[in-house]
Amino acid sequence: MNGIGREKNRPLAIYAVLYLAFLYVPVLFLPVFSFNDSIYISFPLKGLTTQWYASMIGNEPMLAALGNSIRVALATATISTLLGIFAAKAVTRYTMPGAKPVIATIMLPLVVPEIILGTALLIIIMQAGGTLSLLTVTLGHVLLCVPFAMAVLMSRFEGFDRSMEEASADLGENAWWTFWRVTVPMAMPGITASFLLCFTISFDEFIMAFFLGSTDPTLPVFMWNQLRFPQRLPGVLALGSCILLVSFFVIALAEYLRRRSSFNDDSAKVTLD
Amino acid sequence: MTDAFISLEGITKSFGAFKAVDDVNLDIARGEFFSLLGPSGCGKTTLLRMIAGFETPTEGDVIIDGASMAAVPPHRRPTNMVFQSYAIFPHLDVAQNVAYGLRRDRLEKAEVSKRVGEALDMVKLSGYEARRSNELSGGQRQRVALARALIKRPKVLLLDEPLGALDRKLREEMQLELRSLQRSVGITFVFVTHDQEEALTMSDRVAVMSHGRPVQVASPRDLYERPSSVEVADFIGKMNFLPCRRLNGSPGIDEVEADGLGPVSVVAGADCPAAAPLVVAVRPEKLSLHAEEPSDGNRAQCRMQNTAYLGDRSHYFVTLDGLERPLAVSAQNADAEAARRLADGANLWLSWAPDALLVLPADDAV
Repeated sequence: MNGIGREKNRPLAIYAVLYLAFLYVPVLFLPVFSFNDSIYISFPLKGLTTQWYASMIGNEPMLAALGNSIRVALATATISTLLGIFAAKAVTRYTMPGAKPVIATIMLPLVVPEIILGTALLIIIMQAGGTLSLLTVTLGHVLLCVPFAMAVLMSRFEGFDRSMEEASADLGENAWWTFWRVTVPMAMPGITASFLLCFTISFDEFIMAFFLGSTDPTLPVFMWNQLRFPQRLPGVLALGSCILLVSFFVIALAEYLRRRSSFNDDSAKVTLD
Repeated sequence: MTDAFISLEGITKSFGAFKAVDDVNLDIARGEFFSLLGPSGCGKTTLLRMIAGFETPTEGDVIIDGASMAAVPPHRRPTNMVFQSYAIFPHLDVAQNVAYGLRRDRLEKAEVSKRVGEALDMVKLSGYEARRSNELSGGQRQRVALARALIKRPKVLLLDEPLGALDRKLREEMQLELRSLQRSVGITFVFVTHDQEEALTMSDRVAVMSHGRPVQVASPRDLYERPSSVEVADFIGKMNFLPCRRLNGSPGIDEVEADGLGPVSVVAGADCPAAAPLVVAVRPEKLSLHAEEPSDGNRAQCRMQNTAYLGDRSHYFVTLDGLERPLAVSAQNADAEAARRLADGANLWLSWAPDALLVLPADDAV
């Protein structure tokens, strides 16, 4: 087993390249065809154009869908992160009977197929006599996002020195003020990361939005509706490319903040300067 | 003690079947510098945390200044703590850290900054107000932690191995500083350490802890000169132990037959039950070596086994007939020539003062 890092492992390298190509090449077609001067998705490209991007600006239904998505994503990110903070604080700071089953239950949406969650929620809301709206979409998204918020925040809460909170209590602050004066500021990188992550998940999510949404579509649902009209496909590609770009940056930022907070705990202060 | 300021009454703390602290009864006087000394895992930190309120005793009660602390949460106790990790808030600067505990007092801004200034002055950190904890050295963090605790004017200051993370020179400096600070503010200090030298240097009284309970509570001098057990004698400083037997059946022991020394007069360091095996304990520096036989006093012949030269003093290891292990003798190297002569000599004489030998009940460990 000597020199495994140095010796060339050709089959493995080929596998890695194929794997990455399989993952990302299809995604790359999205921006490529969004600049194509034709409504048909085929090679060779007919010509370069930015008209599909230009046409987005005046597209009222699309802008409305974008507005819906942003509102849902903001609400989802806020609620999920708040719930995540309280849950993470509870499981990392207190010993409770049945903490493990509770965590498992919170994490369950990660492994349950969304289509099943979506169907189940739809049935419940219908049975309860609720009406579908952006609110029900938000509720569905919160269910999906809390596990992610929880995972990010738990690592943050576990990461910092417990004696910080004890020091605050020792200096006369009760649990409430300790939480706001010490715990939250120190967990801020994790809170920001959680917020960004939840925002992105909600913004991109389709199945819940489709099942639980009404006539007010979110952006992914709007895009799906557009696909029925071939001539609108390039516009969807342009929109998809924009979403891809923004998502990429938001996730990168969230991951950057999360890493900075967990790997370099002692310098978490720097992020708060 | 009549004027107990802090009373630990039958404190026990169990974690499952393990008793971290086992039925501790201690009284600490007002204004005292009191140390809890022991190896890691002896329960000293757990005991301190129960005084602070971070741990709840399984049994027993903590009384501070006449008030039971049983139902008092940490943030309402008249105690403040200097944590082992210092726990300086990383998101606040030095001044904000020190002022942290003043929020509830609803002071004027000017009063807050005046008191922060005074506190930083006291720990010699004036001018560091705007620094953050990552811009401070270990010693400076420790001072911030101290200022942050003292600004609250607590009745009791609890210190959890606060000097453990500092290098030796800084630690010795801080020992003296802490001691003089304690004298000037007059606050009762309860200090946890595993460093016996630190405990002896700083404390009015020391409780030596072992397996969750204090085995001896005494002044540093008594602890060193009159340890009550082999365990304490072995933990504090260096000690020679020689197996010995009673010479007569009298209850008070003043003479024993010690291996290597023969019949010697001793001081009884503790109650020795009649049936218990005994040892003679003697500090290396209470023995002296001579090239010639001393004219009077307690003496015995011995042979040099080896020496360790330590600069200011030397350690000699000498063997005696009838004694299994060599005896350690420590001597100042004030007279270099005499020291050299001793080190080279083969057959030497050992002497000791009449009260140098202590007799203690033998422990299985020695």
